[in-house]
Amino acid sequence: MNFLRNQLDKVKHNFERGQKWEKYYYAYEALDTFMFAPNTTNDVKGSQIRDAIDLKRLMMTVIIGMVPCLLFGIWNVGHQHFLAIGQAGATLGDKLWVGALQVVPIIIISYGVGLGIEFIFSTLRKHPVNEGFLVTGMLIPLVMPPDVPLWQVAVATAFAVIIGKEAFGGTGMNVVNVALTARAFLYFAYPSDLSGDVWTFIGDGQAVAGYSGATPLSLAADAATTGVNVVQSFNSFGAGWNEGVFTLSNLFMGIRPGSIGETSTLMCLIGALILIATGAGSWKIIVSVFGGAYVMGLFLNLVGGNAFTQMPAHYHLVIGGLAFGAVFMATDPVTASQTETGKWVYGFLIGLFTVLIRVFNPAYPEGIMLAILLMNVFAPLIDYFVVSANKKRRLQRATV
Amino acid sequence: MGKFIKLKKGFTINLAGKAAPKVVEPEQPETFVIKPADFHGIYLPKVVIKEGDSVKAGTALFHDKKHENILFTSPVSGEIVEVKRGEKRKLLEIKILADKKVEFELFPKFSVSDIANLPVQEIKNQILKSGIWPSIVQRPYGVVADPTTTPKAIHISAFDTHPLAPDYNVLFKGQDQAFQVGVDVLKKLTSGAVHVNTHSTSEVSTVFSQVKGVEVNKFSGQHPAGCVGVQIHHIDPINKGDVVWTITPLGVIQIGKLFSQGIYDASKLVAIAGSEVKNPQYYKTYTGASVKKFLENNLNNDHVRVISGNPLTGTAIGKDGHLGFFDQQVSVIPEGDYYEFVGWITPGARKLSFHRSIGLFSFLSPNKERVVDTNTHGEPRAFVQTGIFEQVTPMDILPTHLLKSILAEDIDEMEALGIYEVIEEDLALCEFVDVSKHKVQEILREGLDLVQNS
Repeated sequence: MNFLRNQLDKVKHNFERGQKWEKYYYAYEALDTFMFAPNTTNDVKGSQIRDAIDLKRLMMTVIIGMVPCLLFGIWNVGHQHFLAIGQAGATLGDKLWVGALQVVPIIIISYGVGLGIEFIFSTLRKHPVNEGFLVTGMLIPLVMPPDVPLWQVAVATAFAVIIGKEAFGGTGMNVVNVALTARAFLYFAYPSDLSGDVWTFIGDGQAVAGYSGATPLSLAADAATTGVNVVQSFNSFGAGWNEGVFTLSNLFMGIRPGSIGETSTLMCLIGALILIATGAGSWKIIVSVFGGAYVMGLFLNLVGGNAFTQMPAHYHLVIGGLAFGAVFMATDPVTASQTETGKWVYGFLIGLFTVLIRVFNPAYPEGIMLAILLMNVFAPLIDYFVVSANKKRRLQRATV
Repeated sequence: MGKFIKLKKGFTINLAGKAAPKVVEPEQPETFVIKPADFHGIYLPKVVIKEGDSVKAGTALFHDKKHENILFTSPVSGEIVEVKRGEKRKLLEIKILADKKVEFELFPKFSVSDIANLPVQEIKNQILKSGIWPSIVQRPYGVVADPTTTPKAIHISAFDTHPLAPDYNVLFKGQDQAFQVGVDVLKKLTSGAVHVNTHSTSEVSTVFSQVKGVEVNKFSGQHPAGCVGVQIHHIDPINKGDVVWTITPLGVIQIGKLFSQGIYDASKLVAIAGSEVKNPQYYKTYTGASVKKFLENNLNNDHVRVISGNPLTGTAIGKDGHLGFFDQQVSVIPEGDYYEFVGWITPGARKLSFHRSIGLFSFLSPNKERVVDTNTHGEPRAFVQTGIFEQVTPMDILPTHLLKSILAEDIDEMEALGIYEVIEEDLALCEFVDVSKHKVQEILREGLDLVQNS
């Protein structure tokens, strides 16, 4: 490694203040600190020792939490592909190969475009390249449908990073979750590519007879008008080509069509365990999102009204992207509520609004995306009340 | 009756090289130094001696231009060899070449019954003249106490939870009587109580357990339980307009000796500790001592950082530097100016961390003593709220919001969020655990200066 260090040291001075490549200092710094943890020491005054943590490691921890979802997603894209074209006997290798061919380019595009923009902005704005995009760059592919056109991934990533983040001042300053901004951008800009039969990659193959690209959410939304029992329509779906795809256990496992990484509640829970054990994600938010959705589901069961409101509350926790959103999106430390009490409220309302949007707004069947974006905007307000309460306690004490 | 307070949040940094409970009386260093930078709230130090003057222990060296009666005096007798000034003639330090045997300025002596009848003003004058007054620190702001005020209480923390902290049972052994006299004197300066705050689980020295006429409070929990600011927050919090004084046990003992023996005795025990010290133990010396002699032939290697005070809040002074005014601890830890290949992801239990992120396993063995160097382990980055500051702040204070209000220079907000209750040491752990490597203590001091001067 000494060779590499020497090479970096050789060019380093060119990037320092007053030298010819001064402008690109932060781009160089990002690469250098990626290769080598820096040799900087603490100031002579203040804390002389520092925790071994840094932002890179924290972000890497979140990425590792996403790995189960990613690996499962790659397999599932291949698996669903072969089911849809009627080749249920395809080997594991074939499934992984087809899945990887679909998913890996999306990841490359997402990281390439996003990091490119980060480097350009760091040079223009003269601020360090923040590691936040390491996570965002992985989240974006996981919430994309498997056959999303690559140019759309590029456009959405660029929009999200520029408008969603850099316009507010970069990492740490953004109001709404960057990855969800990308997803929401596609949703509203190219609705035809993000609804209907996009959740299974069919490619050059021919879909089998009886194939349908419906999702549990669209089935449930239909049920609201037709009045069919939702659970029955789930259980009978896929007869002939993908038997039992929407049974409760299968929904929990996530062996069903959907966005690349968000189908499996089980994988999201494994991710949640990693985040909670490492302290990278707030367990309060994760628990309260699930809690909020479940409570709202139960409440709607009591109210009744149509077939969707009568769907058992626990189904809400396994359909759509609720689990993925709760674990990886709602916990984003920049856009979530920042006070401990606020986190409970923030998470609970996300769960509540998700179910509300699902059930009462058939135009937007997936509620979690909009619920999180909405609560991102309201998180500062929740914090405002929590902080005010803290100030009030202090004031009351003074008069005693 | 005192209170018993259990603190649940915090983090005790367990470093290798704690001082063994052994006291040595070494050959005394040649030079001693008093630095105005050790005190907050000095407007402009006015030097009253010249190079070449001889002084005794307790002879005035300088005073603050705003408070001419607060004298800063020499800890030892000898000759002034240097009045060191920096840019714009700012006073940096006054260096004294010490005599072999310390001679004292003599102050009036009092018996216990005399003290009870002494007028408050006379007590204050004696402390001011002796040069012990600057060890009384005023909250809010952590500045040298204003002698014209009467505090609502005086707090003494009787234990230290900082990394490599000296054991107070060793530091103050046998000083029971002086401590009692000091407390008796201090009681006359406050309208409220004198609080002595002890640790509930470790052995408490008789100096603190047998003292009469004070409230003895008990605390349990990890660092910063020993920080007096945290203790005040739980016993009798500081509100806007309140004045509270804090003083170290050493300061109390010095006041005791000033009244019972009539001298300013600046002798103190100092723990020379840290992973790079061959024989970590206690040395008897005086305030402002040069640390050079204590470290000679006593270091494991040459590439070290010598800190006056503890590694969380101390100041790097170099191998021939001098002890800070308040410090009873010198920490020697390895310098961390090395590159580490992909150091941001390499796993291991060797690196100390409060976090449990991927590859950081130190949380599995919390009782293991660790060697920690001065490397920053990362680069400064934007604030990312992970809620970690709140986990190491055992107070009803929101550190992130307070720091942000300081960065925004919003004085009303700082007041509302409780800036009066904290100084640097109370939030030093936030600086340690910060993912984004902010200089939390520096930011806080900027806020305190801003509020104080507004």
